[in-house]
Amino acid sequence: MQIAMIVAGVFFCAGAVAALYRVIRGPSLLDRVIASDVFVVTIMCVLATEMAFSSHTETLPVLLVLGAFAFVGSVSFARFMAKQDQT
Amino acid sequence: MTGEGIREIITVGLVLVSSLMCFAAGVGLMRFPDVLSRLHAATKPQILGLMAVTAAIAVNNATIGTFALLTAIIIFQALTAPITAHMVGRAAYRSDHLRRDLLIQDELSVSVDRVEQGNVATAPGGTPPEGPTQDDRPSGEQYS
Repeated sequence: MQIAMIVAGVFFCAGAVAALYRVIRGPSLLDRVIASDVFVVTIMCVLATEMAFSSHTETLPVLLVLGAFAFVGSVSFARFMAKQDQT
Repeated sequence: MTGEGIREIITVGLVLVSSLMCFAAGVGLMRFPDVLSRLHAATKPQILGLMAVTAAIAVNNATIGTFALLTAIIIFQALTAPITAHMVGRAAYRSDHLRRDLLIQDELSVSVDRVEQGNVATAPGGTPPEGPTQDDRPSGEQYS
């Protein structure tokens, strides 16, 4: 159990760091949008993992709200990009 | 005792699947060459990782309320993740943030070319210098 928690934490951290690297280094705005989306999903997975390991359900609404924020942010960025065209 | 052990093993397996999905998405984001392939890598943990980890929560907390909220989360994510990917991919195509030499087949370019040809053909014969600048915007809006 402890070993599995450590391994899962290492994988989550590696994924989040890679997403943040792409947010910083991304050549275009769309790369940053995709990477921030992945970062939000990683945070959702970490919250859910914490809930599963300590078997409570207190942060379930946070998952729903984070999903809604990721959706609205990405879609509005994509629409803004489509209007601007040349950035 | 055995039920508790089996539950723990299932939880650990599902959480490891989810963490592997997040790790794969990070590696794909770092190593893939352009927006569309990064989009392909990024949509993996959005559905499969979240489904695995919500299944882990459901295994640990088997009540009706938890099931209902988890189903709502999964359905919401399954509805919105394809919309997000579609919008980002369309914006990438329209603003040329993709490497066209990596595309195996570009079926959209056929439609775009046909629309642009049709616009040029049906456009009122005007002066050539200002014709393209005026026709560019409507032809771009045609496939929006």
